[in-house]
Amino acid sequence: MAEPQDVENYAVVRKLKEWDAQAIAETHLFRGELTIVVPRAHLRRAAEFLHGDPELAFTYLCDVTGVDRFPSEPRFELNYHLVSMTRRERLRMKVRAESSNPVVETVSNVWPTANWHEREVFDLFGVRFEGHPDLRRILLPEDWEGHPLRKDFPVEGYR
Amino acid sequence: MTTVQTATGAAETMVLNMGPQHPSTHGVLRVLLELDGETVVAAKPDIGYLHTGIEKTCEAKTYSQAITLTDRIDYLAPLSNNLAYCLAVEKLLGLEVPKRAQYVRVLLTELTRIGSHLVWLGTHAIDLGAMSMFLYCFREREEVLKIFEFVSGQRMMTSYFRIGGLALEPPPGWLERVERFVEMFPARIQEYEDLLTQNRIWLGRTQGVGVISGEDAVAWGVSGPSLRGSGVAYDIRKMFPYSSYDEFEFDICTQKAGDCYARYLVRVAEMRESLKIVRQAMAKIPPEGPIRTEAPGIVPPSREEMKTSIEGLIYHFKIFTEGFAPPPGEVQSSVESPRGELAVYVASDGTPKPWRVKFRTPSFVNLQALPKLCEGRLIADVVACIGTIDIVLGEIDR
Repeated sequence: MAEPQDVENYAVVRKLKEWDAQAIAETHLFRGELTIVVPRAHLRRAAEFLHGDPELAFTYLCDVTGVDRFPSEPRFELNYHLVSMTRRERLRMKVRAESSNPVVETVSNVWPTANWHEREVFDLFGVRFEGHPDLRRILLPEDWEGHPLRKDFPVEGYR
Repeated sequence: MTTVQTATGAAETMVLNMGPQHPSTHGVLRVLLELDGETVVAAKPDIGYLHTGIEKTCEAKTYSQAITLTDRIDYLAPLSNNLAYCLAVEKLLGLEVPKRAQYVRVLLTELTRIGSHLVWLGTHAIDLGAMSMFLYCFREREEVLKIFEFVSGQRMMTSYFRIGGLALEPPPGWLERVERFVEMFPARIQEYEDLLTQNRIWLGRTQGVGVISGEDAVAWGVSGPSLRGSGVAYDIRKMFPYSSYDEFEFDICTQKAGDCYARYLVRVAEMRESLKIVRQAMAKIPPEGPIRTEAPGIVPPSREEMKTSIEGLIYHFKIFTEGFAPPPGEVQSSVESPRGELAVYVASDGTPKPWRVKFRTPSFVNLQALPKLCEGRLIADVVACIGTIDIVLGEIDR
């Protein structure tokens, strides 16, 4: 992990802090990749800001990756990989959710492409997205039980 | 895989199930079409018929074992997948790959791009009724596959790129074979263009069909030739160069129109650009030098070292029984695969098996824009639209 000073050099961190200091919980720099952890309550607002700010212009959502940190809590991590084409920059926006209430707000109205990514996370991890227009399973059959990418789901399936 | 209600709920429309066993869906894609006469009112892609749980399986394999799974995600461009995964793990480990191996990687992935675009062109053309294109394209693709077989021992599931470099020293005489292909191929591209570019039927079936604006394409996360066909010059090779792509000279091919014809032109132009890169790589690859980086305990020692030194034997044994443990952390690495941005996310918890591997596959995201392309058009155009976004179902369902 790098010194906090390095992270301050990133315009996105500076601008986010200026906009709302509450919107950044942690920042990490690992192998040249910047990760910003956003509190769950601020996800939608932060997404709108990063997408809409003309200088940052994170208009391209590369993907949404779910990670299950079982057995630690908060158990679920969602990584939003953003690309700013004008700044040639990538950013990982991370949101965490506890296993007791795995719900986060949808960003599909900010980046329409998030629709299927969120459906995939819902299908494989069981994280729900509030306000999602069409939250159904996408890869697995609709009568499938469980969420296979959870760590307590055996690789060979239930027998 | 779900039952889908008609979207608009209108009484006058009918629902037609296209696929999953339909030749023009390129595999097992099912599209629910809501039709008003012959006009598509709504299209809903339904995927998952080929889901094999590759990401879950990766979590039960060591880092090196997972490479063989990456071939099977996009079976038309296995080397691009190998590369994306290896780059991610190398980034996690902080490994630097020798220049010679990097150039070989560039050369082979560009040949992969040509081979994949040939399959696309052949199948897209046969979907639209041009039978001979299919035969021509597969004839040339065979030459590409022969080069892969000569170099790696496998035509398709190569697993040739390994963490830290290449699996094997390329055999003597392989560059002559590449040379022969590079000499032969430009005339063949011309042949395809003679058959299609000004062909009235081809123009009628592709021009103005499946239009998507650059703005919409970005919002829907479209990448690769499908995005560049809408005038957005987003190419990972230029934007975030990897594997020494910044040392090569080539252009990003774009078109403004955003229709099927524009995407056709982009891909044909890309084959020419790939040839340019292959030529440069041939000149750059030094005749001798290491093909794997020196990293004891991570990269297997050479055969000779393994047979003659005790350390080599120990490392060899440990790598193939236990694997190696990268530091805890998470990285994402993306490459420009023939279909678009292929990004691999790897999270490590400090054990020899990855905690999480995620493949952001371009076909999955590009397919999401299909309703955008074909709604309001005729049912015959759906075939053109599916063909033009160049999907591989193995990659969509993983």
